[in-house]
Amino acid sequence: MSRRSLLRGTAVGAGAVTLPSLLAACGSGPGGDGKTITMGSNSSDPVPKKAFADAFSAYEAQSGGRKVEVNTVDHNTFQENINRYLQGKPDDVFMWFAGYRMQFFAEKGLLYDISDNWQEYKGFSAALKAQSSGSDGKQYLTPYYYYPWAVFHRKSLFADRGYQAPKTLDEYVALAKQMKKDKLDPIAFCDKDGWPAMGTFDYINMRTNGYEFHKSLMAGEAAWTDKRVREVFDTWRRLLPYCQQGANGRTWQEAATSLQKKEAGMAVFGLPHPGQQFPEGEQSDLDFFPFPVINPEHGQDAVEAPIDGFLLAKKSKSLKNDKTLESAKDLLKWLATGKAEDIYLKSDPNNIAVSDQADISAYTPIQKKAVELVSGAKQISQFLDRDTRPDFSSTVMIPAIQKFISNPNDVDGLVNDIERQKKTIFAAD
Amino acid sequence: MSFLSARRTGRRVSRRFTGRDLAVLGVLLGIPVLLDIAIVWGPTLASVVLSFTSWDGIGDITWVGTRNYENLFTNYPQFWPAARHNLLWLAFLGMVAAPFGLLLAVLIDRGARFSRFYQSTLYMPVVLSLAVVGFIAQLVFSRDQGALNAVIGDTDSPTDWLGDPDLNIWMVLLAAAWRHTGYVMILYLAGLKAVDPSLKEAAAIDGAGEAQTFFRIVFPTLRPVNVIVGVITVIESLRAFDIVYAVNHGRNGLELLSVLVTDNIIGEASRIGFGSAIAVVLLAVSLGFVVTYLVQELRGEKNR
Repeated sequence: MSRRSLLRGTAVGAGAVTLPSLLAACGSGPGGDGKTITMGSNSSDPVPKKAFADAFSAYEAQSGGRKVEVNTVDHNTFQENINRYLQGKPDDVFMWFAGYRMQFFAEKGLLYDISDNWQEYKGFSAALKAQSSGSDGKQYLTPYYYYPWAVFHRKSLFADRGYQAPKTLDEYVALAKQMKKDKLDPIAFCDKDGWPAMGTFDYINMRTNGYEFHKSLMAGEAAWTDKRVREVFDTWRRLLPYCQQGANGRTWQEAATSLQKKEAGMAVFGLPHPGQQFPEGEQSDLDFFPFPVINPEHGQDAVEAPIDGFLLAKKSKSLKNDKTLESAKDLLKWLATGKAEDIYLKSDPNNIAVSDQADISAYTPIQKKAVELVSGAKQISQFLDRDTRPDFSSTVMIPAIQKFISNPNDVDGLVNDIERQKKTIFAAD
Repeated sequence: MSFLSARRTGRRVSRRFTGRDLAVLGVLLGIPVLLDIAIVWGPTLASVVLSFTSWDGIGDITWVGTRNYENLFTNYPQFWPAARHNLLWLAFLGMVAAPFGLLLAVLIDRGARFSRFYQSTLYMPVVLSLAVVGFIAQLVFSRDQGALNAVIGDTDSPTDWLGDPDLNIWMVLLAAAWRHTGYVMILYLAGLKAVDPSLKEAAAIDGAGEAQTFFRIVFPTLRPVNVIVGVITVIESLRAFDIVYAVNHGRNGLELLSVLVTDNIIGEASRIGFGSAIAVVLLAVSLGFVVTYLVQELRGEKNR
């Protein structure tokens, strides 16, 4: 082989590697056709995937020739790659979460400001608007549905044994004691996945210290060594003897199953969790009560209800085309209507619509109750991991809470550990 | 003309490589070297450099000196357990699983009954990925629905094999060793087959017992296999990741350095500088073993 042919071969080889990506870049064109909107979806589970497909095809049918092209990525993969995704070649519209997790990307300039859209949105509460706004006061998210957290239980079990839904912490503990006597695990409990116990932490914290403290704690302002945080862990320690043992080795599915099998009496969950583990025939037996009052000053004001929604990616090439941008905003406007949410919830009844214009007459009784819970809330919190920096929640809080569960006695050491690490993480920028 | 071409031929013989040969050689060697630099050394050096910076994957990269390392050693509760677990992994695979694999190999090689059956059964786990072994371990060790608790009838206050931070590392090590033993066994079996039977006969004639024959004659001839087993054991222990990740994402008693690296680097708002610092520590530990091994090997070569 001569040198020239070798070099030629190398050049052809290199071309073969780079050419397809060049072609792909040309093919989609710098601005798209103005009518096709690409959608980055993290809804890889069959139920929501189908529900979203229904919603998008309903949009296409009434949009006058616009098209939604969905690119679905496995939920966890989507989450882990979101950084690179938003900086690389993102889709025009993508699904993501409200609160701090959205604000982070807004601050980095990776999201489109859609405040103009929000002026036309109807049926959204002030709390929703707050959760959809960046720290600069502009809106970036179009909320779609949420799923409130509460204490879930089985109606039939409560009726058989004559249990009453407790209103205060003391009643909660008394009920748990009674269940223990009746040979039940009072509270189904799990934290193998690292996040389920965060809901309990959030609720104890908000009931004891209020939503404002929750917010400043999550934003890294309040100190974890504050005596108010110790109080949270102390209350939690009081509840631990009534929680299922071995929580760090149990998945949320297993915990929800023990609730369904009536081995456990209650469980702090989000609406979809027990919902997915209860067979169809027993769905109507599922019920909940709001997390009990701890400090009367804060009552049951705050409800933990993570919000999912849609955002526009700033780096999307085709959004540079005004027509595509208009199409994408039109899609968001449609998704913000109660009707659009109805279509989705018809196939995925484990969530509730954010819009108060949604048709709740088709809701299951538990969905109706969830709507009541959320609409009566003075504040809506997101989940711990959505209300704070993700690097803090995953590298510090998950191990810390698991450590607390397996060794609840060293609260001082625990909060000092958290505070020291928090300082380095929040100081990183 | 003929004179010229003759001279040219003569020169070709004396220089052995023409310019074209050198060019071809240069390209053929150059491509792998470039690839090696680009995809092995480049990222390695990049990690080392990044470990002295702070970067969230989106914004600016800022220089922070050795802050990540100070942080890591003094202010990251998971770090020391992870380092300990990596060493424990090495010790367990090296001192329990590998010798056990050798024992099995010897037993099978001596032609115990059904040895073919044992051989394939013990080798079976090796074809599984460690992640799959992790899922199987969950089926066996899960507290509420696991097979183990059901078999031993432990239902009143069942042992939380995978959730108890004092216990779970041992359960996972058992699962990892289950696979490693089969691997080691096959390697030793191949080695044992290659031992010259006349050596054993000679030893027997000289009056050596079974044990003596093994330790004085057979084992020393297995030296090349021992080296391979040593190397794969070190590699398996330092790269251990998939099994603990499958069980509980490497938290709550199952921390490993590799898990801490991914925890910090993968995901939103990554702590890339901090994660790189952990990766550099892992690199340093691996280099420690590699260098020791190379030094030993080179000395061995000389003495032979």
